[in-house]
Amino acid sequence: MIASLNKAGSLALLLLVGWVYSATAEDTLKIGFVSTFSGNTGVLGQHMYDGFMLGVDHAGGKLGGMTTEIIKGDDQFKPDIGLEVTRELVERDKANFIVGFAFSNVLLAAAKPALDSQTFLISGNAGPALLAGARCSPYFFSVSYQNDFNDEGAGIYYTNSGYKHVYLMAPNYVTGREALAGFKRTFKGEIVGEVYTKLDQVDYSAELAQLKAAKPDAAYVFFPGGFGVNFIKQFYQAGLRSQIPLLSKATVDLTNIAAQGDAAVGSKEVTHYNWDLDNPANTRFVTDFIKKYGYTPSIFAESSYDVAQLIDSAVRQVKGDLSDKDALRKALESAQIQSPRGPFKFNTNHFPIHGNYVVEAVKKNDSTFTLVTRQKLRDEAGDSFASQCAMK
Amino acid sequence: MNWTLFAIQFLNGLQLGTTLFLMSAGLTLVLGIMNFVNLAHGSFYMVGAYVAAAVYGATGSFLMAGAVAVPATFLLGIGVDRICLRRLYDRNHLAQVLGTFGLLMFFNELVRVIWGPAALFAAVPPGLEREVELLPGMAFPLYRLLVLLAGLLTGFVLYLFIAHTRLGMRIRAGASDRGMAASMGVNVSVLSMLVFGLGAALAGFAGYLASPIVAVQSGMGDPILITTLVVIVIGGIGSIRGAILASMLVGVIDTLGRVYLPSLLNAALTPATSNALSPAITSMLTYLMMAAILAFRRQGLLAARTG
Repeated sequence: MIASLNKAGSLALLLLVGWVYSATAEDTLKIGFVSTFSGNTGVLGQHMYDGFMLGVDHAGGKLGGMTTEIIKGDDQFKPDIGLEVTRELVERDKANFIVGFAFSNVLLAAAKPALDSQTFLISGNAGPALLAGARCSPYFFSVSYQNDFNDEGAGIYYTNSGYKHVYLMAPNYVTGREALAGFKRTFKGEIVGEVYTKLDQVDYSAELAQLKAAKPDAAYVFFPGGFGVNFIKQFYQAGLRSQIPLLSKATVDLTNIAAQGDAAVGSKEVTHYNWDLDNPANTRFVTDFIKKYGYTPSIFAESSYDVAQLIDSAVRQVKGDLSDKDALRKALESAQIQSPRGPFKFNTNHFPIHGNYVVEAVKKNDSTFTLVTRQKLRDEAGDSFASQCAMK
Repeated sequence: MNWTLFAIQFLNGLQLGTTLFLMSAGLTLVLGIMNFVNLAHGSFYMVGAYVAAAVYGATGSFLMAGAVAVPATFLLGIGVDRICLRRLYDRNHLAQVLGTFGLLMFFNELVRVIWGPAALFAAVPPGLEREVELLPGMAFPLYRLLVLLAGLLTGFVLYLFIAHTRLGMRIRAGASDRGMAASMGVNVSVLSMLVFGLGAALAGFAGYLASPIVAVQSGMGDPILITTLVVIVIGGIGSIRGAILASMLVGVIDTLGRVYLPSLLNAALTPATSNALSPAITSMLTYLMMAAILAFRRQGLLAARTG
């Protein structure tokens, strides 16, 4: 009886000590990492997390020289869950930074609790127009790219390539519609078809037959993740690869090219980063990444690596004083990082000013597949929404 | 109107229909005979595709992939039935839906644990990648044509089996009136196990056939399950003939609707409005059709008689 009471007492004491300890450990830097880890797009979250953790490694395991605690949250690609997870990280865990976010619809829902409580939110992938323009915030940063940035690049590329009649396809949701709108903003020729497929659709045979019959000069599409595997396989199987040039965004990338295989070869992508860019920061990043994780880093891994670097440099600049938010913001804005992308700085709306490239899917000698940079498309530029942002 | 293109789209619709048929045949029998709602049916499709892709990748033989994937899903179906679902037979539909939904999530995570989060590579077997010219100027991908034929053949064999064999007769008897069949000496328990295995094997076969066309990834069985439920409701629960008819109907109407509705709306409305509206309407099309059919035939098009 007494023994068991004792046991209960010591257990309670243990819990209490743990509680008090965690509540007073103030020199810890707490980072909430929210991304999509489960479901059929969960591979994005994994790439992002791996990239981020390599950034932590490169900072000696301590971002900004502080003991770093990373709390992982899975948004399951659902805006309501992303919101709930973010709110818990802000209110219960008192995270100093919220980072991650693979998808714009999740980010738009989840941003409010973080920004309202003046917690810095740094996106490692999603870059919706609203947060770049009308609803930009002093507490929001995107290290990746504004969603339309590469679509606008694609429009410029197709105009310069002399294509007059272009066919467009994307899934029917916000980001799909924004992508094609971005393309149309810069493309000078005629759009001969603009098709939005159902979100739960996995077979595009009917739409591809229509595309073939329309006989366009070229096609531009946006089918991210698993959609991209379906689309690229079926585009190839319909015999279109040899007939119609295909350019895409986030459709043939290093998360899904292995599943596309031969069907992807010859496909071109517009991107702001590729693993083969020639600069010392990228060489170090790619070498160490492959050594640690055994695969080549994607755009998702690269952006999150930069997020870790950004936090590290900013916290070092303010010497670990996280209470002075204005000083911390100025430190973040200065972006003292060596991005694998090359020169990196923030625009007035806290989105990057960077360049973009055309890359092509190729089969390597060892029968694996990868993306090779073919040309630089645009020099360093900001996005189209910065002018709508009140921050100057 | 371009009739060659129309014919191609019609074939595309039939090909979607055959996949839906393979999925719905098992589901409708399970629901008809065992009065059991199985939301984990899409998982058999997914497992079939995963096993096929893995075996194809390891051996390089697409036929071998099918020879492993179909029996594997048959055994999986029987195993799941024995270990887990059997306990849910006498419970109400809510318990069955919750239980099988749990299984669905279990299988989605299981394939991630085994094969990782990224989609698996699976290509069309060499030699079947080309297109064949069915009529002058009307080319259709050979592999899709073979899928269509394989599905139709399976449907035909299944129909013969259900309609003209003793075991098939017992299955029909079970679907019509389970209690009466049992009292006439049919071992409904063994029967239901076989039906469950058969349904799982058909779904696994559909997954095997689809693996070169679609992304083999976790959760791939979920969207198709929803359409399959629409099919069995339209066709009449427990009816194989109903499943054949309804899957072809849904396949063709969904495909043609996706293709031709936007241009019809374009003619009637401004481009901006029709562009915003047509994806929404085409998404609803099969459900509207289901509502219309149910309004006039509550039991579905070709319902199995239930007592």
